[in-house]
Amino acid sequence: MTEALAPFRQLDHQRVLFEDGLALDCGAVVAPLAVAYRTYGRLNAARSNAVLVCHALTGDQYVAEPHPLTGKSGWWEAVVGPGKPIDTERYFVICANVLGGCMGSSGPPEEMTDGDGRGLGRPWGTDFPSVTIRDMVRAQKRLVEHLGIARLLAVVGGSMGGMQVLEWAATYPDMVVAAAPIATASYHSAQNIAFHEVGRAAIHGDPDWQGGRYWEDGRIPAKGLSVARMVAHITYLSEQALGRKFGRRLRGASALTFLEDVFEVESYLRYQGSTFVQRFDANSYLTITRAMDYFDLAAEHGGEVAAAFRGTSTRFLVASFSSDWLFPTEESRALVRALNAAAANVSFVEIATDKGHDAFLLDEPVFHRALGGFLRGAAAKVGV
Amino acid sequence: MPDAPQEIRFVAKNMRLDLRLIAEMVAPGARVLDIGCGDGALIEHLIREKGADARGIEIDMAEATEAVAAGLPVIHGDADADLAFYPDGAFDYVVLSRTLQAVEKPREVLRQMLRIGRFAIVSFPNFGHWQLRWKLLTSGRMPDNETWDRPWYETPNIHPCTIRDFFALCAQDGYVVERWLAVDDKGLRSPWKRSPWLANLFGEQGLFLLRRG
Repeated sequence: MTEALAPFRQLDHQRVLFEDGLALDCGAVVAPLAVAYRTYGRLNAARSNAVLVCHALTGDQYVAEPHPLTGKSGWWEAVVGPGKPIDTERYFVICANVLGGCMGSSGPPEEMTDGDGRGLGRPWGTDFPSVTIRDMVRAQKRLVEHLGIARLLAVVGGSMGGMQVLEWAATYPDMVVAAAPIATASYHSAQNIAFHEVGRAAIHGDPDWQGGRYWEDGRIPAKGLSVARMVAHITYLSEQALGRKFGRRLRGASALTFLEDVFEVESYLRYQGSTFVQRFDANSYLTITRAMDYFDLAAEHGGEVAAAFRGTSTRFLVASFSSDWLFPTEESRALVRALNAAAANVSFVEIATDKGHDAFLLDEPVFHRALGGFLRGAAAKVGV
Repeated sequence: MPDAPQEIRFVAKNMRLDLRLIAEMVAPGARVLDIGCGDGALIEHLIREKGADARGIEIDMAEATEAVAAGLPVIHGDADADLAFYPDGAFDYVVLSRTLQAVEKPREVLRQMLRIGRFAIVSFPNFGHWQLRWKLLTSGRMPDNETWDRPWYETPNIHPCTIRDFFALCAQDGYVVERWLAVDDKGLRSPWKRSPWLANLFGEQGLFLLRRG
């Protein structure tokens, strides 16, 4: 990857603009606020069958259809679709690109605006204000209201999506019948912040990043962003999964030559890094990883997670995966105990798998049965 | 992690008390926590038939997942570790059926049950049953029957007790026995219900409704 890459193609995403903008936790106002989104299925007459899916760090709104840039299938087609656990024949599914993202919602690649919402003819870049998970949720709430939905049947998401689910249930409890935070935690751990910082350092250290103003000459910090992706990708997998998929196998050779040996796992990571830069903006990566690092639900509620949920009537499904070391089961269990302390209605399962954190995206039939059953139970309760 | 609980699970599923007897003790609309809820049969019954706000804890992951897949509010967890996190008085009834003898600290579990619930409903297999006494007396070996069906070195039932033992613990810790029954292995009431001595000889299982003194 010696050649500088041009920024990826900008697309016309389906989106809604809120001219009055959004006031953020950091004190800044982003105006207008753009929220790019996709929907699947049909909203029923009672407007009671809406399920909001929240995407993870590098996900986007293209949940259950081919990605417009890569052409690959939607990131959660295993879970969202006709007859799937989030059944688009029963539910109206909404997914929005997060605030700070790079697929059409307000974020670093979008045109910067001044205090009066006037375009300044350049992207925000690193001047885009700091956002929090709660800011992302506030932006989604604007979209949900715009779609004429007063109450969501469910909010579902894994990893950073799970953080948004928790923030939804804590901030707008009356709008959420059921909440499924998957493979997540009530705060971002020191270890997770540390891995994020390695990724950010790789981006900052790429000369093509140019202090964040890479948009000026049309180059992108591809090297730094791909290293960030490679590091992050390791944290999404388990040691067993890497061993099973790659072991110590070499690419194109049966034994070490001590010349240009490339292990399969190296080749795989390089591929992951190089494809990532074709669909993701480096400054968005910096903004969103920071939002995750800021996340600490207890700190927002007087030091106690339970205080975020006291008196809630939302039903919860907490699910974790046994080989996930990025968001380990213990953090889900702590969340369950906090929900119990708040006397909330909660279900909890740990899915046995060797696929690591990524398991929430993959074919995990037991998880899918649990999620599907949970949603059917919630739907039955409100007569959907 | 997910596999370990298999060993500490009480195995005599076929011996479990008739859930109807427990359900009879629960008032309509009550808040109920069922510890060791299995696939959630009791909580489903209580939600459907009694309009209860019923929830469950199950140590066996496969069973907990079945219950969740059926749309029931069940968490994977265990009585020894998880009860401490519920607030005081969170439930009207806390149910522990066929599980007391398999927990690590039965006395502490009972204390927690009556902290988080107004009433505790407890059932357990009676180790004082005449057949067990007879087998121990005549063979000199650890007795077994349909309920106690695993050898001593691998039984999950690490804290067996008799009906009279249980009365003694309730008296010691100041719990009031509101109701009690001795039942046979089909979960039907036994005819010795007014005499703890006879129940302790002929009852396969004890079923108690307790409240704080």
